[in-house]
Amino acid sequence: MQRLLRYIPQKSLFLPYKSAGHQLMSQKVLLSSKEIHIILHRLACQLLENHLDFSNTVLIGLQPRGSFLATRLTKILKEDYKVKQINLGLLDITFYRDDFRRGDKPLEASSTQLDFLVEGKKVVLIDDVLYTGRSIRAALTAIQSFGRPKEIELLTLIDRRFSRHLPIQPNYRGRQVDAINEEKVKVLWEENDGKDVIYLIDR
Amino acid sequence: MSELSVNHLLGIKYLNEKDIQLIFETADHFKEVINRSIKKVPSLRDITIANIFFENSTRTKLSFELAEKRLSADVINFSAAQSSVKKGETLIDTVNNILSMKVDMVVMRHPNPGAGIFLSKNVKAAIINAGDGAHEHPTQALLDSFSIREKLGDVTGKKVVIVGDILHSRVALSNIFALKLQGATVKVCGPKTLLPKHIESLGVTVESDLRKALNWCDVANMLRVQNERMDMSYFPTTREYAQQFGINKTLLDSLDKEIVIMHPGPINRGVEISSDVADSKQSIILNQVENGVAIRMAVIYLLASQIK
Repeated sequence: MQRLLRYIPQKSLFLPYKSAGHQLMSQKVLLSSKEIHIILHRLACQLLENHLDFSNTVLIGLQPRGSFLATRLTKILKEDYKVKQINLGLLDITFYRDDFRRGDKPLEASSTQLDFLVEGKKVVLIDDVLYTGRSIRAALTAIQSFGRPKEIELLTLIDRRFSRHLPIQPNYRGRQVDAINEEKVKVLWEENDGKDVIYLIDR
Repeated sequence: MSELSVNHLLGIKYLNEKDIQLIFETADHFKEVINRSIKKVPSLRDITIANIFFENSTRTKLSFELAEKRLSADVINFSAAQSSVKKGETLIDTVNNILSMKVDMVVMRHPNPGAGIFLSKNVKAAIINAGDGAHEHPTQALLDSFSIREKLGDVTGKKVVIVGDILHSRVALSNIFALKLQGATVKVCGPKTLLPKHIESLGVTVESDLRKALNWCDVANMLRVQNERMDMSYFPTTREYAQQFGINKTLLDSLDKEIVIMHPGPINRGVEISSDVADSKQSIILNQVENGVAIRMAVIYLLASQIK
């Protein structure tokens, strides 16, 4: 095989050419800023339909990437739908993950900002992309450290179908995507990355 | 970021500034965790840690054990007093016997300087030095700096005086390394007999007048007089030591500014520090103890994540 390869020009069209720095990478826009705007408003309305005045409901964004979505939804609910009071928390799940010492890099923690107990509350967990479901599994364990919630729901902006490792499904979903495992969904937020856009990247 | 440059914590001497910052940032997260109503995280479920103490300890041992349990590690305790060490077993044999029971990490306190380093070269496990003779006590120095950072915002540029028995103190040596690494200015103060020769070579200044030293500093770390390590008489009487190098309320109140008082414990009340100073609002002695658990959780977590 080694010998065979030597006779094929390196940049042959028939061979996938991959080396450091020269990785073939294509990205296409999955959702534009306008589509994200519409979806966020729909999700806000769906939350409103089920939770009305949010008096017994708390929204919890999963750190680091889910916190942007949670903060944005809270803002929409308050400004456009006149909800007076929403409890918003940010939860870091690093210490609850099941891949400690199994990855290449040590896990890096973010801060948890939960200044209320979830005892008896309806909790809505919020994350940007639902993929294997393992983060949500960790979040379900982590949330127990703050009390026993009445019920827990899940909201995700992107739901990657057919890639789940665990029996976890969202209650509210922005867009369902059939992405293969080699592809990656990347969510960018205006407040962090300069613009609202979601890419599907072929690795 | 996010990985230590070492696989064992043997002393501050082997760390760099980035390591210290990483430990502090991780400890910030754990400090939040230990102030929750449920203070436990499941990170280290598959890690077993042996606490091996060849020398007496209350605070450090409890603090390590609590840190390990808060991280959900399995813990076994061993103290030399009730062990085969008394029957003549060597250190390597003792530890290897414990390791063959599948232990991933060893926290060790030993009366001989360098015991941790020796062990790390001969035994396959991550080693944390919990004090080796008069050499180093890295987690104490880390929690001291962490407490200064918490109280004053930053360690860089702060003036710290370490008072008392520098000669027998592992806390002093580790603290000097840690503070210098973070850009603080360090002075030591104590009776000439309890200051090691050539201590200036570590980049610290020496002061024999406690009042002058206290007027200069932002933070005073009062060390315990380690009577158990003294093989001869280093000062005439305890009373005289207390008069010359002990801090009391009158002295504290007569200073130009409010300084922060620290003590690594256990306190000899009335010797190096009087009761009213130890319990005053300027003292952060109990904060140090609380931070000790967070710092040890951070160190154990970071080292455990590097076990291959």
